[in-house]
Amino acid sequence: MSAAAPPSKLRPSGLNGDRIFGGIVVACAVFVIFLLVAIIAVLILRSQETLNRYGLDFFTSRTWDPVARSAGEEVLINGRVTTLKEAVPGIFGALPFIYGTVVTSILALLIATPFAVGSAIYVSEYCPRRIGDIISFIIELLVAIPSVAYGVFGFLVLKNIMRDSVSPFLRDTLGNVPILNVFFPKNATILGLDLFTASVVLAVMILPTILAVSREIIRQVPRLQKEGMLALGATKWESIRLAVLPYARSGIVGGAMLGLARGIGETMAVTMTIGNGKLNNITGSLFQSTSSLASAIASQFGEAQAERTYGSAIVELGLVLLIVSSVINLSARVLVGRATRGAD
Amino acid sequence: MAQAQPLQSPAPDFTFTQERARFLRRRASNQVAGGCVMTLTVLSCAILFVLLGYIFVNGISTLFPSVEGSVTFNSDFFLKPPEPLLDGTVGGGVSQAIVGTAMILLVAGIFAVPIGLGTAIYMSEYGRGPLYRILDFTIDLLAGLPSIVIGLFILAALIGDLSVLKVFNNYSGLAGSMALVIIMVPIIARSVEQILKLVPDSLREAGLALGLPKWKVTMRIVLPTVAGGIATGVMLSLARAAGETAPVLLTILGNNFLSTNMLQPMDALPVRIYTYATSGQPDLVPKAWAGTLVLVMVIALISLLVRYATGRKRYDA
Repeated sequence: MSAAAPPSKLRPSGLNGDRIFGGIVVACAVFVIFLLVAIIAVLILRSQETLNRYGLDFFTSRTWDPVARSAGEEVLINGRVTTLKEAVPGIFGALPFIYGTVVTSILALLIATPFAVGSAIYVSEYCPRRIGDIISFIIELLVAIPSVAYGVFGFLVLKNIMRDSVSPFLRDTLGNVPILNVFFPKNATILGLDLFTASVVLAVMILPTILAVSREIIRQVPRLQKEGMLALGATKWESIRLAVLPYARSGIVGGAMLGLARGIGETMAVTMTIGNGKLNNITGSLFQSTSSLASAIASQFGEAQAERTYGSAIVELGLVLLIVSSVINLSARVLVGRATRGAD
Repeated sequence: MAQAQPLQSPAPDFTFTQERARFLRRRASNQVAGGCVMTLTVLSCAILFVLLGYIFVNGISTLFPSVEGSVTFNSDFFLKPPEPLLDGTVGGGVSQAIVGTAMILLVAGIFAVPIGLGTAIYMSEYGRGPLYRILDFTIDLLAGLPSIVIGLFILAALIGDLSVLKVFNNYSGLAGSMALVIIMVPIIARSVEQILKLVPDSLREAGLALGLPKWKVTMRIVLPTVAGGIATGVMLSLARAAGETAPVLLTILGNNFLSTNMLQPMDALPVRIYTYATSGQPDLVPKAWAGTLVLVMVIALISLLVRYATGRKRYDA
């Protein structure tokens, strides 16, 4: 009889505990998934107002003027004087913020990548493993420093350095070079808190991310491949350039994209260095005081909180940030994942 | 000469000057490239020292001011909230911000640790099939979200009459804790999951073979085996949350007075640093530096503890 009984009868208490414990951990798992769904749902719900009212115009209009106006008032919209046909709670076009985010994160990437990849090559190819580990530990400590500390440094120290020496030097030298003088115009006024300063701070913040990924990828390049080139008479640099870097390329690109995703969402350091100016006339100049998506949210949420449309516009900026950073993050993970798996 | 040092590079006897030029060019580019990557590395390392140097020098001069030639310790900074003085400057310290950060972190930890652990246990011990894959993906996404989006979510969902759920009337410390919970959970879940996966299956099988139910195997055998690693994950998430500014700024607002009521606006150290640094007032800026130094030291201390702990415990599993 007892031998034929189902095993559950042998330890009923344990199975009960299993059921409860299993229930708890599944509940945790489901809760985490629910959190992500809730974040997306709440951001969409709260930005309903501007999503419906402006649609795609929200992303193409470059006037952000959150002041309520009555019908018949004349306002400047996208550089043109327009007479309002009806009362509006404000005019919301996010293009300047999107521009600020795109320019700062791409410029930061352009500044940081040579440093990160150069350091990655040095620590994995040139110096002994032990010293390389120490060097990359030092550089990666930059990740642990909170972003508000970068902001303090940027606002109180780097601003003056940029305003007094770096930016004027670049303006005076590159201002005469065709094409580059779009970004560094000869007659620009330099205040120190601008796109360029924000990009430099951001570059420092994303450097360790790119370094960590590139170093791992470069270390995974098969030794035979390098040695083969050296045996054929290549110099060390030729073997790195022709055997190591092509092999590691997709991983390095993935690391750069992870850095980009970090840069896009970075708030405090950018808010403190970008100047938070209202930019209604986008030119190529890097010496403009503007805002990024994240810094616009951080510097305007207080006023926007109590207003239906203004608040909705701010939340929609957050929604854009969520979508863009998620897409970049996921594609970076695919690239890095493929690169690391390919090396196994 | 060439025979005396056969390993030195200019050994080959070139017949064609063209070929010799090519060799010299290759050698030069090799040396230039090596110099370049070394310079880039040195510069990258220098950034850290410059940054920490500025924070340290400026912070120390506020924390340990020299009064009449002797170095004193500015205990007011830690023990007193801001006190407006008659001459228009602000005296006192930032005790309300330190207390606020500690309370917000504590409450966040109380929620985040069980949820994070539960998720990690699910992923490593139970996770199969579509729920596991969705969870894996979700944690990647959550961990990659800009932290300001999380603050904005709490703001839009809970705070004020225009929010979706209208839970709080005002900015509050509790809302700040909730934002930090969302930041901490994916970090804890991911790091603990990876550590749990290091526990050899033979340990689990030994427990199960003795007739232990799975939950007892997990709680009494698997988790204690990697207790050090779990503590590491939790500490890392706390270190990260302690420095978060944007989500806290959006949810707690800041407070000039010492308040321990979690349902009212509170202050946090990163928020105070931000407001003081950008205030433009010469009496507040040194306090921003001192606050930054304290924050960086706390985070460094946590990270060092973690490194020390993992340095010893890494191979226990």
